[in-house]
Amino acid sequence: MDKGLTVRLRQETPIPLDVAFSVAPGEAMALVGPSGSGKTTTLRAIAGLYHAADGQIACNGATWFDGATGLHLPARQRRAGLVFQSYALFPHLTALANVMEALSDTPRETRRATAMALLARVHLDGLEDRRPAQLSGGEQQRVAVARALARRPDVLLLDEPFSAVDRVTRRKLRRELVELRRDLPMPVVLVTHDLDDVTRLADRICVMHRGRILQSGSVSDVMARPASAEIAELLDLAADDA
Amino acid sequence: MFERLFGQTLVFTFEGLLIASLIVNIPFAVQPIQRAFEAVGPELREAAASCGLSRWRTLWRIELPLAWPGILTGTVLTFAHTLGEFGVVLMVGGSIPGETRTIAIAIYDRVQAFDEAAAGQMAAVLLLVSLATIAASYMLTQRIGRRYG
Repeated sequence: MDKGLTVRLRQETPIPLDVAFSVAPGEAMALVGPSGSGKTTTLRAIAGLYHAADGQIACNGATWFDGATGLHLPARQRRAGLVFQSYALFPHLTALANVMEALSDTPRETRRATAMALLARVHLDGLEDRRPAQLSGGEQQRVAVARALARRPDVLLLDEPFSAVDRVTRRKLRRELVELRRDLPMPVVLVTHDLDDVTRLADRICVMHRGRILQSGSVSDVMARPASAEIAELLDLAADDA
Repeated sequence: MFERLFGQTLVFTFEGLLIASLIVNIPFAVQPIQRAFEAVGPELREAAASCGLSRWRTLWRIELPLAWPGILTGTVLTFAHTLGEFGVVLMVGGSIPGETRTIAIAIYDRVQAFDEAAAGQMAAVLLLVSLATIAASYMLTQRIGRRYG
């Protein structure tokens, strides 16, 4: 597949991994599974923050990682927008400056306007000059999303994006992300424990356990017809974990 | 080697005193500065890489501003320590007025000459300068800490 993201990772140690999946442009794939199943490691490998022993990662025809040839493009050279679980905003910079840092490819004179537009897109108008400590959890998450989108990424990666907020904020943010996603042309990979996130945000689901994909398919198919009792149990467990 | 390069020895010169003080006091600065950089945490470095920042820009825009309070504390503590340094100064610099006589050596000289009033005054100045620098660094790091939350 030239367009979109293809991922194939394989290793025995230190974290066992044997995963293969592809995500088409505009499609959202949810990686679901219990803690330690390798979801975040897979996400980090796509972002270039984890070096798997073997496999291949390609996005829009460009190879980012190839275990056979030893190619491992560093994170800064991959167009991957990553929203960290804890947001990882730069605490000494304002919301605007956080977003502007990810705009190094944009001409200097348009960076500010682009960052302002991105913050407006995530409903943060008027809060541009606040530092992360002066923002609520939900607002910080929006800054993290705006910063991830600032690089005009070829793939958007969301690592448990709602885990640090309360239920009400979670619902609101999820609604906003659903709206935002409609206009996003790139593949989206979402790691989550919450089946509500999956049903509202994702088109497809990968159920992972101990580094392996047990079942993948459209969300409705997998939810309606889990391939084994273990998968049904894992999905229930995942729902309980949320 | 220094003598061959610059035509003079290091002993009993200001340059020699400066180099010796640097060598002796570097460990006092390295520890807090190293801890300050470690405290920045790997996640922010990863976030910087994900944002496409080069290593140099990550150091300049993210790590240095965040490690700044630690760097400042390390520098100020080392300054205060160097100000009171005695053994190395006496051995390498001697006590040449206007050249290598530091305040600590001057206090020692005054005590040897039974001029306790002058020694006491200089000791008080040394104490005040040390306290002022430590207080200033403490207030500044507190202020920076409050700003970043």
